[in-house]
Amino acid sequence: MSETGACGGGDTWRDPLLAGALFAIDPAGLRGIVLRARSGPAREAFLSWLTRLLPEATPLRRVPIGVPDSRLLGGLDLTETLRLGRPVAERGLLAESDGGIILLAMAERLEPAAAARIAATLDTAEVSIERDGLALKAPARFGVVALDEGASDDERAPAALTDRLGFLVDLSELALRDFIELPWTAADIAAARARLGAVDIDAAMIAHLNAAAMALGVESLRALLLAAQSARAAAALGGRTQVSTADAACAAALVLAPRAQTSPAAGDPPQAPDQDDGDSDAPPDSDGESVDPSAEDLVVEAARAAVPPGMMERLQRASSGARGSGGKSGGFKRAGLRGRPADVVEGAPKDGQRLNVIETLRAAAPWRLLRGGAGAGGEGRLPIERQDFRVTRVKQRAQTVTIFAVDASGSSALNRLAEAKGAVELLLAECYVRRDEVALLAFRGESAELLLPPTRSLLRAKRSLADMPGGGATPLADGIAAAVRLAEAEKRKGRSPFIVLMTDGAANISAGGKAAGRKRAKEDALDAARLARAAGLEAALIDISPRPQPDAERLAAEMNARYLPLPFADASALARAVRRPPLARLTG
Amino acid sequence: MPTAFPFTAIVGQEELKLAIVCAAVDPTIGGVLVFGDRGAGKSTAVRALAALLPPIRTVEGCRYGCDPSGAELCPACRARKAAGGLKTRLSPTPVVDLPLGATQDRLVGALDLEKALTLGQKSFEPGLICRAHRGFLYIDEVNLLEDHLVDLLIDVAASGENLVEREGLSLRHPARFVLIGSGNPEEGELRPQLLDRFGLMVEVKTPSDVKSRVEAVRRREAFDRDREGFAALWRKEERRLRAKIIGARKRLAAVEAPDAAIEWAARLCMRLGADGLRGELTLIRAARAIAALEGSLSVAEKHLRQIAPAALRHRLRRNPLDESGSTRRVERAMSELPAAA
Repeated sequence: MSETGACGGGDTWRDPLLAGALFAIDPAGLRGIVLRARSGPAREAFLSWLTRLLPEATPLRRVPIGVPDSRLLGGLDLTETLRLGRPVAERGLLAESDGGIILLAMAERLEPAAAARIAATLDTAEVSIERDGLALKAPARFGVVALDEGASDDERAPAALTDRLGFLVDLSELALRDFIELPWTAADIAAARARLGAVDIDAAMIAHLNAAAMALGVESLRALLLAAQSARAAAALGGRTQVSTADAACAAALVLAPRAQTSPAAGDPPQAPDQDDGDSDAPPDSDGESVDPSAEDLVVEAARAAVPPGMMERLQRASSGARGSGGKSGGFKRAGLRGRPADVVEGAPKDGQRLNVIETLRAAAPWRLLRGGAGAGGEGRLPIERQDFRVTRVKQRAQTVTIFAVDASGSSALNRLAEAKGAVELLLAECYVRRDEVALLAFRGESAELLLPPTRSLLRAKRSLADMPGGGATPLADGIAAAVRLAEAEKRKGRSPFIVLMTDGAANISAGGKAAGRKRAKEDALDAARLARAAGLEAALIDISPRPQPDAERLAAEMNARYLPLPFADASALARAVRRPPLARLTG
Repeated sequence: MPTAFPFTAIVGQEELKLAIVCAAVDPTIGGVLVFGDRGAGKSTAVRALAALLPPIRTVEGCRYGCDPSGAELCPACRARKAAGGLKTRLSPTPVVDLPLGATQDRLVGALDLEKALTLGQKSFEPGLICRAHRGFLYIDEVNLLEDHLVDLLIDVAASGENLVEREGLSLRHPARFVLIGSGNPEEGELRPQLLDRFGLMVEVKTPSDVKSRVEAVRRREAFDRDREGFAALWRKEERRLRAKIIGARKRLAAVEAPDAAIEWAARLCMRLGADGLRGELTLIRAARAIAALEGSLSVAEKHLRQIAPAALRHRLRRNPLDESGSTRRVERAMSELPAAA
């Protein structure tokens, strides 16, 4: 039996593999791993290490992206139902994975709805379905390996899932040639698994873990619980029946550190992004009755040291809003198929509509005996006639993303920003009904910055708007270009973007952030505006200078944007000005 | 169903527990919406509710769970009554979970597929809102619920009756249930029409003090290792709370709301500009439930104060430029009110 040893090695394979080993001890208890890595040999090496440690014949189900509820949760098995002439239920992937592992492909693109279904199953350890005339419950205890292939920071597995899974493992910086073997075999893991039930963790040790969580700004109680469970698994692996300080330190490094929200150096203030090498000896703030302060220091220190390098910069940059995003795109459906189901109507499918098989079957079912389709014992076929056909009508709504591009430079003054914020919030307040989203980018100094990625959440908007910076020079060209880029990205996702540019039209920074004189800056801004027109983007320009400016009007003309001089615009007037009629329509 | 985490073992979250217990004492309060942080125990609290509810009397053999003493009976029960009386029996108060991905036919009920397929009969198979009649319907991740299901629920919750017109079936049955919803505001806002259906709204936060965090984790950990054993430890507490709820229910009709209390509630709502009369009504009702729980027969200001944020915070007109949250606004308004005489 080998010791778990010190954790938090940083850029080596040790921590990921150790996390895999602990997960293999108790997949259902530790819930899972978010495995951030591109598809490739490094990920394969990790997965093969994991499968080697799991008990033989552990079911390993791969759940593809976009899997329909009928496959994920289960539903009516139509083939069998028709063949046997009685309802036959089909188990879904989640129920089939009971006692095993599910591999979630492309977790960064997982729909929030699908993530919520998996999360609910993790919470209750059973799948409950109420679909297609069936009401069933099936046990489903499994571990999840979420394969997160996200490239950028805002492409991540959904937070509803991340919060529930024990380990966040990032292999993207690791190379296969550095792969090391850890000493444990499947037999060691099995022994630890057998021992796990007898392992205890005392309150003091949980308090140490809590101190580490607080020092890193990790609030979630689930994270703390998962850390406690991991510490128990580590103790079991080390052959102990009581969680030692080293076990807790190991759990803090593996479970808590990757969730760090604040700089480990400063403790509680949320924005204190100093780099810290882990040699700070400031005592962790704990108002609890810690038994052994040195043990607590050890645990907190382990967590601090294990915070991935580069993470602090990300925390520094990212507003808190970036946390919850991810997995929103995924529209590739054809017209007439996308949208929300509105109702079911009679009629044969046309124009790419889908036949609603269940409803068609239901329509046909009562007539079966009358139409002579049934044999004596209930076998035989179900005759379906044209009049039984049912199609689902979908409510299609071109989802609007309103992109505010706000001049936050010194010339536009801070009060303008306050109004823009107010307008964004007003629009968001009615967004739920219209299913629209709002994004906000500000340009000042030398560049444009996306302060609020497209969102419908008022809460997130408020958080990221709270500290919007202001002042400095006016990089108008870059601001417009950034808005156009965002608008085009949204367009590719099948949404209709709408740019609201708030500026006085005065620029003094040219494209690329160079201070090359007003004339050049103005030309660049006009070029960027033509770009917007060429892309066929809808836009409005709100002139926020005290007196309407010819420069701004010209810019609006080049952009093919509505020009709205609103020198005294307040938040509600602004919101009114950019409001457009919703684009709902029924198809089918 | 696996053993649920005991309600009384939940650490902290006093407002959440109070709101749920109030709804259990007086279902006419109109449902509870629980919004807040991930992992703060929202659904744990709701799923633990079933164990606290007293049994209800239903008509023997009635598939809609009719109340034998009530005026609303389904057609079958009306026929039974006319034919010489109703046999009754005790059944547990239903707490029905609306799982994500549920389809419309299972929510409102539809043609019984089995009977249609095997016997060629048209027969109605009641849905979840039928099962929830006289009990609770719980929707986790309520802000992710499909729009057409939301519309249905709003309609049924308003009328107290489920109207089925499907596949040539045409029938109606009483469907009165208390809606309980939970969700994380980061996943999206709730539609105002649905928001309005909830009598009380609770905001839950992850506890931040060391003691309750450690205790919460210890209990959860003990529960995960031995569900039955853990539940047994809390059985006495659970029984005590259940008895308290039953006592409060009996007392409820006798609890009075004096003029001073009603006036205080009206003043508060006026000051806050809360829309409609519903806020006041809910506030008084919930305060009566609290008085009944405390064994008091008269609503006092302290009862109102205890539940005012939950009864009013989702009824305030949104003011995006006011940075302070709605809870703060209710508290501020309360502090500015003169005491009830």
